[in-house]
Amino acid sequence: MKIVGKSVPKTDGLAIATGKPVYTEDLAPANALIVKILRSPHAFAKIKAIDKTKAEKLAGVECVLTYEDVPAVRFGTAGQTYPEPSPYDRLILEDIVRYVGDEVAIVAAVDEETALKAMKLIKVEYDVLEPVLDFEKAAGHPSVIHPEKDLHCNFDIGMQQDKNIACTHKVQVGDVKKELQNCHVVIEETSYIHAVSQAMMETFRAFSHYDHLGRLVVVSSTQIPFHVRRILARALQIPASKIRVIKPRIGGGFGGKQTAVVECFAALVTMKTGQPAKIVYDRKETFGCTNSRHAMRIKVRLGADKDGYIRVVDMEGLSDTGAYGEHAPTTFSVVGQKTLPLYSKTRAVRFEGNVVYTNKLPAGAFRGYGAPQGAFALENAVNKLADELAMDPCEIRAKNVIKEGEKSLVYITEGLVSSTLHKCMEKGKEMIGWDEKYPRRQEGNKVRAVGMAVAMQGSGIADIDTASATVRLNDNGDYSLFVGSADMGTGSDTILTQMAAEILQTPLENITVHAADTDISPFDPGSYASNTTYVTGMAVVKAAEDLKRRIIESAAGFLLVSPEEMEFTGDMVQMVDGKRKISLKEIAERLTIGVNPRQLVGNASHGIPISPPPFVAGFAEVEVDKETGKTDLIQYVAVVDCGKVINPNLARIQAEGGLAQGIGMALFEDVRYDARGKMKTNSFMQYKIPGRKDVGKIRVSFEESYEPTGPFGAKSIGEVVTNTPAPAIVHAVYNAMGVRVTDLPITPEKLVIRSL
Amino acid sequence: MQIEVILNGKEVVLDVKEDELLADTLRAHRLHSVRKGCNTTCCGLCTVWVDGRPVLSCATLSVRVQHKQITTMEGVSEDAEEFARILVSEGADQCGFCNPGFIMTVLAMKNELHNPTEEEIIHYLTGNLCRCTGYMGQLRAVKKYLGVA
Repeated sequence: MKIVGKSVPKTDGLAIATGKPVYTEDLAPANALIVKILRSPHAFAKIKAIDKTKAEKLAGVECVLTYEDVPAVRFGTAGQTYPEPSPYDRLILEDIVRYVGDEVAIVAAVDEETALKAMKLIKVEYDVLEPVLDFEKAAGHPSVIHPEKDLHCNFDIGMQQDKNIACTHKVQVGDVKKELQNCHVVIEETSYIHAVSQAMMETFRAFSHYDHLGRLVVVSSTQIPFHVRRILARALQIPASKIRVIKPRIGGGFGGKQTAVVECFAALVTMKTGQPAKIVYDRKETFGCTNSRHAMRIKVRLGADKDGYIRVVDMEGLSDTGAYGEHAPTTFSVVGQKTLPLYSKTRAVRFEGNVVYTNKLPAGAFRGYGAPQGAFALENAVNKLADELAMDPCEIRAKNVIKEGEKSLVYITEGLVSSTLHKCMEKGKEMIGWDEKYPRRQEGNKVRAVGMAVAMQGSGIADIDTASATVRLNDNGDYSLFVGSADMGTGSDTILTQMAAEILQTPLENITVHAADTDISPFDPGSYASNTTYVTGMAVVKAAEDLKRRIIESAAGFLLVSPEEMEFTGDMVQMVDGKRKISLKEIAERLTIGVNPRQLVGNASHGIPISPPPFVAGFAEVEVDKETGKTDLIQYVAVVDCGKVINPNLARIQAEGGLAQGIGMALFEDVRYDARGKMKTNSFMQYKIPGRKDVGKIRVSFEESYEPTGPFGAKSIGEVVTNTPAPAIVHAVYNAMGVRVTDLPITPEKLVIRSL
Repeated sequence: MQIEVILNGKEVVLDVKEDELLADTLRAHRLHSVRKGCNTTCCGLCTVWVDGRPVLSCATLSVRVQHKQITTMEGVSEDAEEFARILVSEGADQCGFCNPGFIMTVLAMKNELHNPTEEEIIHYLTGNLCRCTGYMGQLRAVKKYLGVA
């Protein structure tokens, strides 16, 4: 292959690196009204009265909207394919506020100063209610967070509104109780995964205006343009055909922008005033009023026979969805989906539990989407089991993890097609020097130790994810590639262009990629669930092949020969014996001028019945100061099986970045609240993402497999890399200090107190 | 009020409010490379140079740069592009939102440090956060750029 598998630079790299105006805010019209949101100071309250008359009278204020001014139809903000499993439990504004920061009023003014002044003039009277802040006490709490009668679920997700249970989930195969009795060793470990914030550098932002057809145009930094269009149509009660959503360059998403957070506020202002409107969240709002990872408690019971084969994996979870249920059922089911198949020698498996509402920031999608929570709990338990059996943790995994061709009791029931996880583990062990370093070395007050974990993810959502792609041959012999996916900076536009270029045997520069604009792009659910390379990529491959076939047919028609005799060389279509040929440029010209033109377009859609898992083996080396409890990460080694690596540099960076986020989750990051439910960590002063000095040396290597259902053998990489750092670092710290910190983050305080 | 500054090499007069921050003044002047990421001096996205030294423009009052030389990425486009090419060839540009502030700090570091060690590079750039890359690719690019690989 000439282009696939090569580390070509991102097609948009230079523009974004040199600060060109390519992001949402850069493109907003200068005359756009500035939209600001008045927010609840209470975690749970009923609004008794709002007086907005003074604010409305302020010069420069164009509109002030309260719950009385918005459509009375409940919707959800989760960017998911219709019918969304997430409940429709929101109104744009409501007379109940459910967390500190919940929206109370929308203000639009000619400038920011006026909008902020107007907000202070709105008088709100609240009836303050007792909030539900502890997710372990939410089910059956006297306060019912969603008492409304018009809450709607598209299908039964096990919601019990009166008990604050947003949904329930259960999957089980085999007789767990009986199989546990047959086991030689049974261990139990409960892990708590805290809420962490996506913390992408570009905060949430969107602007909107009416076009010449009276249609609503919404430009947004979003991962899900098509879902945003559908969500807006429902929330605003206008036909989707009257809405156009455009996604420019995005300054990071990590799942946060898989939720339609801000679009409806700007759009509603444009609808009410007829004017362009712009909303830009500051960092405080982005931390405190958007979404975060779901906090979970997961209890794992593992049973093993005396040879170390894991026979039972039994997991019970509780997830905190916060004030609203976007992504509640799906993140929770992913916990089971991405853990239960990993250890395949089981005779019984179970995952069950509830997702509960609380009066805190709504949880949403964040890289890994439940899998990091599941991997943390499961891998903590497997490391404990290895200790119990006095086995090397690498050895117990080598015995138990699923191999190519093997089946699992759940999810991978037809057999795993591609995996090099065993090779990944071997290579990772070598890279970190496991055999020399495990478990620890002590020098004075400092202990150095290693720990490890493995994990899997998926590639797209089986039976749901589809994508379409269009490739067009233009009049000059160059191509346009249209996709609806959203490049968040990872380089997916470039990778998709590489795939099309490979099929069309043309230089990268000859293809211009366009993504995404709901008026122009073919449908794509958006960029999440690690689906772009795998699902959209396959649609691109098929569309490019479709176009290639049409080019050959057209050339054969021009030369009056049969297509079977022709071959495509990228810039030429020629007879196999080379006798007659026609250049691509001439074909393009002939197809776009004259009497019988027929411009060629290759089209394809692609849907998937499976979600092939990528795998990763992660190894941490830490140094812990026994006196202070401070943990320094020395190095993190990850070996990844993402199938064929389409662009090694971009894959490596994506892996390094995902690992750094996992490291942050393990050691520093923590969304915290005060006793009244106000978020304490709504700035980078309080919420610590890793800086350059915190990540040690991150080293990534690949063990390619070949996934026949993926483009050129590729699987996904985006999410899987986030899953191992937390359990591997917990394991390394345990090996150093003898304390297993299963409630993140691993703070010095916890280590010192618990090691006493 | 009005301030006189030398903005990217040109003398200009800017209308600013008393409490206006330099980042907002510059963005209003269509210098889009200037980004705001945190408002708490934590992320480094808004880094520009004042008299040749990197400062956080989201924490600098515009009135305080009266008569000073302000340089944004638009004012050092050739040098910025030279490093940006290396960064992009490493794949380490990613979402790109932090790139201008980061690159302005890298260029300032090049002027300030000679043959820095890896540790010195990391220390100098510590104030520039990035959520995409995990920093390794940026470090590879910086070392290549400085010829200290």
